[in-house]
Order: sequence, then structure tokens, then C-alpha cells
Amino acid sequence: MTSAITRRHVLAGTGALIVSFCSSSRLLAQQGPAAAGNAPPLPGSLKTSPFLDSWIRVDADGRITILTGKCELGQGIKTALLQIAAEQLDAPFASLKLITADTAVTANEGFTAGSHSMQDSGTAIMHAAAQVRAILIGEAAARWGVPPETFKTQDGAVVAADGRHLTYGALVADQLLHVEAQPRSSLKHPTFFKVMGKPIPRVDIPAKLTGGAAYVQDVRPPGMVHARIVRPPGYGASLANVDTAAVEKMPGVLKVVRDGNFLAVVAEREFQAIKAMRRLAAAARWDEKASLPDPSNLPATIMALPAQSTAILDRRQRAVSGGKTLQATYTRPYQVHGSIGPSCAVALLENDGLTVWTHTQGVYPDRQAIAEMLKLAPDRVRCIHAEGSGCYGHNGADDAAADAALIARAFRGRPVRVQWMREQEHAWEPFGPAMVSKVAAVLDDKANIVDWDYAVWSNTHTMRPGGAGALLAAQHMAQPFAAPPPKPIPQPEGGGDRNAIPLYRLPSARVTHHFVPQMPLRVSALRALGAYMNVFSIESFVDELAQAAGADPVEFRLRHLDDARAKDVVALASQRFGWDSFRSERDRGRGFAFARYKNLAAYCAIAAEVQVEHESGRARLVRAVAALDAGQAVNPDGLVNQVEGAIIQSTSWTLYESVSFDQRRITSIDWSTYPILRFDAVPDSVEVHVIDRPGQPFLGSGEAGQGPAAAAIANAIADATGKRLRDLPLTRQRIKAAIGV
Amino acid sequence: MMKLDINGAQHEIDEDPDTPLLYVLRNNLALNGAKYGCGLGQCGACTVLVDGEAVFSCLIPILLLESKRVTTVEGLGTIENPGPLQRAFIEEQAAQCGYCIPGMMMRAQALLQKNARPSDADIRKALAPNLCRCGTHVRILRAVRRAVALMQSASMAPAGEGRGQ
Repeated sequence: MTSAITRRHVLAGTGALIVSFCSSSRLLAQQGPAAAGNAPPLPGSLKTSPFLDSWIRVDADGRITILTGKCELGQGIKTALLQIAAEQLDAPFASLKLITADTAVTANEGFTAGSHSMQDSGTAIMHAAAQVRAILIGEAAARWGVPPETFKTQDGAVVAADGRHLTYGALVADQLLHVEAQPRSSLKHPTFFKVMGKPIPRVDIPAKLTGGAAYVQDVRPPGMVHARIVRPPGYGASLANVDTAAVEKMPGVLKVVRDGNFLAVVAEREFQAIKAMRRLAAAARWDEKASLPDPSNLPATIMALPAQSTAILDRRQRAVSGGKTLQATYTRPYQVHGSIGPSCAVALLENDGLTVWTHTQGVYPDRQAIAEMLKLAPDRVRCIHAEGSGCYGHNGADDAAADAALIARAFRGRPVRVQWMREQEHAWEPFGPAMVSKVAAVLDDKANIVDWDYAVWSNTHTMRPGGAGALLAAQHMAQPFAAPPPKPIPQPEGGGDRNAIPLYRLPSARVTHHFVPQMPLRVSALRALGAYMNVFSIESFVDELAQAAGADPVEFRLRHLDDARAKDVVALASQRFGWDSFRSERDRGRGFAFARYKNLAAYCAIAAEVQVEHESGRARLVRAVAALDAGQAVNPDGLVNQVEGAIIQSTSWTLYESVSFDQRRITSIDWSTYPILRFDAVPDSVEVHVIDRPGQPFLGSGEAGQGPAAAAIANAIADATGKRLRDLPLTRQRIKAAIGV
Repeated sequence: MMKLDINGAQHEIDEDPDTPLLYVLRNNLALNGAKYGCGLGQCGACTVLVDGEAVFSCLIPILLLESKRVTTVEGLGTIENPGPLQRAFIEEQAAQCGYCIPGMMMRAQALLQKNARPSDADIRKALAPNLCRCGTHVRILRAVRRAVALMQSASMAPAGEGRGQ
């Protein structure tokens, strides 16, 4: 079909606007020696799904569909991926359709997590689009017998020098795009970008503001019934007995489902299901266990549990003599994801096939887990992502999907919608783990850090599915699946030790990860994982060192940084904040912090101004100024939105939030027992300045701001009050106690 | 059978009278705007207007709503022809996941119907019952201020009800 012109030729020369441009060497360099081989690896998720038509489909009528295995979580990924595709395809942005994670349709890209979407899916789509465009030019060249170099592309068509043109739709034929990607693409040079790098409005926002169906909560297949779960009162409780007769007679009730400790009710209408759930909960008798640790002594409890200790950085030299030694201990409580919309799912079992609409972050792993739970072949289960309320990591989404699936098995033929109640989300979601860090460092007489010894104690930060045992429903069944043994996430990304290695120049340093397998409370991935705590600890301590050295905190950081991009964000944030001219007063201070997320994603520096109300001890973030370098910025406003959100979310975590529990139950079960930031505490301003790096690899940015925001606030409180707080959250009670009012 | 006035249209609703309005809006009428968030009146995701006042639709049973006018975010405009508040939120890109935003808009609508020139403190106070977890607050405040400007510059009354009630 492409006659004498081979794909190799096509990919070599592709028109006037194109400069041969390959990012794979940079990607290769980033991936380190493991990825280095003879053939360069395919870029991004093309590595695992190499066929171009797994990412881009062109119909004969000209419709172009982009496919991604990643999910929209409110981070704006749909818009950014469409921008990349439109740019590299030379197709109108508005004409493109996008399909997100669906096990029947899209590539398996694992989880939408770890700020990986742009790096994995964005990179794959960018290269796939460029290669599709080249193939279409090659096809036109073959049909007209004209060299491909003479063509250009615009508005979804290939245009010849004499003005003749063919639309992409007219050029495709059966298997034209069913070819494997090449390692190298002729990418458009950033100078010519029309769509990438522009603040294109989000494609999903208008429907969300006008009542369009946008969420899994809005999925209503015909014949749908409503289910509610009755959860045990605490982790260890087992169902002794339940008399379901009265509930089964209630209006609208269709079925009570019991499988071991799993208890649920199905009703025709939603409020009928809620009333029946309440009656069923009142009828259930549970045997409870006092299985939770003493909450008043949590850090000691965690440090006393058996740990697997690894030195993740070990280049400590002989002890330095004559310097000034400082040490400190920091703690973090359990914290919730706290999605505003509790988890929800719809499942339908018919003709031996199960379909689940879910706001999971990973449709394929979720399918695997649900299939195992129900003893179905994975290809009999289809998981379709539908957006939920923002999740910020592993919340109840996968568990709700499993609940719906288990009930659907008992209620075949009609779609079953499970909606968790507020108290269920708060009590049963897997929390962000409590953590402890200890650090000691030595300053020489020139105020340089000459020795650094840091240790962090943490549970795992991922109990995501893969196996059925990760799902609550599977754990509660009469023939239960055991939760899989927890594992640490290896470096360089890390879990509890994420960002535990500072980016600063440290001539002698050791960093130890004490991985604590035993989990007193249910935990998993909360946005930024261990980076939130490690950056809070490191950046608080760096401030303490700067103070001990009599140095300015910004100057002290710059002095210890070698990475030019790190220095750029530090300098920009301090300059835009007006760091040098700021005058601290009693109860009003400034604080600074910096980190590169995972030491390999986006760079972020934050300067904060905090006011402390002296009588109450209440701290308020007045103003924050951030600088971000996320590599090539695809949608600058999307990056700004993410970092603004990270700062405010982290402000809430840092000032207010901790899970409460007694020895039997989680007791923070709603927004009054687990208060979060409200509008009275919103900063007067949050500024985010993006440093664009055209042509550089995408650097994940969704989790870059949380750690720096926490430390900048803590440092500003120390500046305002003269007191250093090291235990999260920095509540008004703790501040008040510290300042001795 | 209950008669409800939703966004100016009359609906006959076959539902138990103790059913909270939220479930009727979402399930009987397929209006997606109001969201379930807590069922406790703590988060505001379900906020709608009843005779111009912002209320938690997750709490108010439909038996209290006969002969009252209910306005949801669908009553502020459409995707093709968004109302000023919706336009302002789109122009400010004031959403991340967006789940809380319709509730925020209805809370703001209630404020703007009473006070066409609210101060920043007025807006914060009005929005205080509503929670956002993505941290979109700064954009939400900006969007409400933009809506104030849009309504004034175009002398557009907020959709649904007259100003100054």
C-alpha cells in the first residue's frame, strides 16, 4: 500500500514545519542504566502498548479518537492529553475525541498515580501522534508519487505543495495505523506549537458546572437499583447475628445480601435503601475487638513495631569534629483523603459478564482483583472508569467497586449502584500512614552542612489492588481473601522514604528507611505519599540549621544546591514573594521550603506568610508564592491549578487534620469530627509561577507542592512565634501551648 | 403524589414525603447538579435554592417543599447558554474535580440575589458552609467576584429570581 516508501523513510522526513527532534535520548538518560540497551526503549507507555492504534484511531469519515489508559481525576489530564495529540497530529483540538481508562478499549497503563500521567501517557500520545502524522504523510506521498518532504499537514489533512490535499480520514485504510511505534519520532519543534503550552480551557469543566452527567454518581443505566452497605463497627469486628426479616419487609427492599461479615441491602429507590441500611445496622450484632493502638502514644507505637531497615543513602564519612550538631524528631498522624463525594460504583452481571463503572485509579488492577474475588476469568470483567469526586490517592473507590460487584453477583440482571455514606468513607478508606522521622546534622564553622543522618519510620504507602485481598468486600466475605503482605515501594520513587534523600549537597550523609510492615490502621497511598512528611521534616530542619548558622533560609538553601533548575525555582519564589524586603513581626512571619518531587519529577519552591492569632494560637496562611518547573508545560493554567490546590490542601492537612480513634473504632467519621479547611482560612492570595522548559520531558507536578507547603507554613510559624513545632498537625492548641499563652 | 416547582417547571413526584430533596432531584428528575457529599449538612455539595435561600437538599424532605420554588444549578443556565455565574466559573477555570462546584455556585447565587455588591468577607462568609477538598478556593472566590462584575456590567439579573429579595 505504501509502495516504495518504507516506514523508515516516512519517519525520517516529514515536512517543512518539522525539525527532527528526539526526546528518547533524554528519557533514556533519566531512566538510568537499567533501561540502557542496544535498542532505545519506546517512549512513555508505548513501552508496554506499542501499537499506534492503541492510542490514536482515525475513522474513514475523518473522526479522530485519542485513547489513554489513564483517568481524569480532576487534574485536567483529558485536556492536556488532547492538546498534545492535536499539536503533534496537526488536527483541530475541538475535533478530537478522547476515551479514558476502560479495560475493553484502552491500553493497560496501570494506575493513574504518582504524578505519572504526563510522563507515561502524555509521552506515549505525543510520539504516537507524531508517528501517525508521518504515516499519513507517507500514505499521501505514495498515492501521489511525490516525496514526503514536500507535504505539510494542517487541520487534519495532508497538503501538497500545489495545494492538493487529502484529509486524514481519506488516507486511512484497514491496518494502516496498526503498526508498532518506533523508538524515535519527528516531533514538532516547540517554536511552532499552537496548542501545547497554551492555557486551553478544560474540556470537562462546562458540563460539571451545568449539571451534565460527569461522574460515576451520575451513571444510571436502565433498571438500576440502589444498594447500601452495613460495615462492621471497627476493623476487627465480626457479625455475630442479624435478623433480616423486618428489613426484607420494608417498602422497596429487594434483597439483603450477607456473605460472612459483608452485609448489604438492595432497594428499588435510593432513600429506601438508606432507610433499610439504618434498620439493618440496628439489627446487626457484632463481636468487636480492641485491636487499635493507644492513640495518645502513636509515634512510640510505630517506632516500636518490627521494622525492615534499609540505608537508602549510605555515604557517611568519619565523624566530623568541632562542628555544631543539631537533632530533631518530627511526627505525622494518620490523615484521610476525604473526598467530598463518598465512593460509588455501579455493577451489572448478566450473560456471565460483569461490567463495573468505577472511579478507581486503575481499571486493569481493579478488574484483576474483582475477577479473583468472584472467581471469574478477567476477560469476563470489564471495568470502565467514570470520574468520581477528587480522590488524592487510594480512597474507597476500589472497595466500592468490589462492593457493587459482590452485590451484583447476588442480584443478576439489573445494574446495582452502591453509594458509600459519609461515615463509611471516613472510617474505612485507607488512610495516609502515620510516620516518624529523626534527623541529626552537623554544621561546620562556615555554616555548611557537613554531616547528615536521617531516618524515617513508616508503613507501606500502597495497598492498592492487584489481588482480591486488597478489597474490603473480599476481606469480609465468609471465605475471605487475606490482605496481601505489605511491600515498600522501591527507590528511586520510594513510598515512606519518598523524598527522604535531600537534594542538597551533603558531603557525608546517611538516610535510613525503617519500613514497618504491620499496619495498626488501614493505610495506602495518599497524595505525595511519604514526600509530604519527609519534605516537611527536611525543610523544617534545614530552617533550623540556617537559624543555628545565622544564615538567611533562602541563601542557606541556595548555598547547598548544585542543580541549576532547583536554584531557579528557589530564586524565583523568593523574588516574587519579596523575601528580602519582608519584615517579620511578632505573630507574623515568613517561611520558605523547596523540593523536587521524588527527586525526579517537578521542582517546586514555596514562600509563605503566616499570621498567628496570639490569644487562640490559630495560624492562618495569609499568602503563598510558588515557583514550579514541570519541564515542558503543556497547559500552564492546569499546572497553576494543580499547585494552588496542592498548597491549600496541604495547608488543611498541616494545620488541622488527624484521624482519631479509640481502641475499637475510628472516631473521626465526618466533617465535624475531622475538620478541614473552610473559607475563613483561605489565604488572601496564592501565586504560582511556572518556569516553562520547552522541549524538555514532562515532569509530574500533581504532588509537587504538598511537602514544600507544609514546611513553608511550619517555618513561617517558627518565624512568627520563635517556637518550632515538629508534630503535625500544627493545631492552634499546639501553637498556643508552645507560645505559652 | 407531591407537586414540586423545580427551576420553574412543575413536577409530580411519586416518592415518600420524608425523602430528602436531593434524591428526588438526582434520581426522579435526573438533575445531576446537586451532589451527595455527607447527608449531614456539613459540606454543602447538595446546596440548592428554596425560595431564594440556600439549603442543604440532602436534609430537607420534599414534604416541606410544596408551593416553594426550588432552583438548582441547572436553573442557572445550560452548557450552550451558561448563566453569568456559570460563565464566571468557566472563565476562571474554577474547578478541579468539580464535584463541590454546583453547591458553591448555588451558595453564591443566594448571596448575589440578596447583595449585588458583596465584599470579599461577605463572599467568604456566605461560602463558609461549603467544603472543597481539591483546594480550588482561591479560584472559587475569584469566580464569584467575576460573576458580580459580569452581572453588573451586563445589568443581568441572576437567572431564576429577581435581585434584592
